Amino acid sequence: MTDEFSIFGLVLLLIVLALAVVRLTSLLAVAILAGAMSFILAAVYTLLDAVDVAFTEAVVGAGISLALMLAAISLTTREEAPWRRRPAERILALLVSLVSGAGLLYATLDMPLLGDPTAPATLHVAARYIAESPASTGVPNMVTAILASYRGFDTLGEVAVIFTAGVGVIALLRHWREDRA
Amino acid sequence: MFMAVTALLVAAMAMTLVRVVRGPTPYDRILAVNVHGTMTVLLIAVTGYLTDRPDFLDLSIAYALLNFVGTLAALKYFRFGHLGDEP
Repeated sequence: MTDEFSIFGLVLLLIVLALAVVRLTSLLAVAILAGAMSFILAAVYTLLDAVDVAFTEAVVGAGISLALMLAAISLTTREEAPWRRRPAERILALLVSLVSGAGLLYATLDMPLLGDPTAPATLHVAARYIAESPASTGVPNMVTAILASYRGFDTLGEVAVIFTAGVGVIALLRHWREDRA
Repeated sequence: MFMAVTALLVAAMAMTLVRVVRGPTPYDRILAVNVHGTMTVLLIAVTGYLTDRPDFLDLSIAYALLNFVGTLAALKYFRFGHLGDEP
């Protein structure tokens, strides 16, 4: 109950922030706001006891992304280019957003509630994780046990993908720098 | 008690966000985001204390360090206009 209360407040803040990101034209402000959003998301994940997910969100979202965004802004421009759309295009865009948003909201009605003990996700293998993960993995946090131990190969694959992407970006940037010099 | 503390912290986060959105100078925004990060750290620490999960304190410390790195990157950009390499 108590956690849900703060999660509710944080999600409200997220919605307000998303609207602000759409409205602002200063790219610097948008980059900084995205960092603030990541911190709120990290807090939400922490309150849901998914500490690894939260930590990744904080490192990537509030740390690296902000620095990369600032680097991109320093190479391009600080202000969003002004643009005008015709009224027909605006109405079409509004309709598309409203319809897809309503569809997503309708889809959430089929989802089980947060923490519902009869949800399909908690009936399949979760009981075994809850019963055995402290003894078989020795990790106190259950989400960490699943991510790092039961799904260890999956996580290893993700690390390989991120490493490859990082190597690719470094190779591209080095090449580009030599071209200029 | 928990409700009051949490509500006040979330309210403080909302107030710093007002300053981030309104600006007007980039320095206001950077300072506001820094304070916002501190409030997030406090919220996690308070939650950890009141729900008896002491491992949340480690997370708070890690987030505080990350918050510092982000602020440093932003300030470095404003001081030099770039991040290391001349654009």
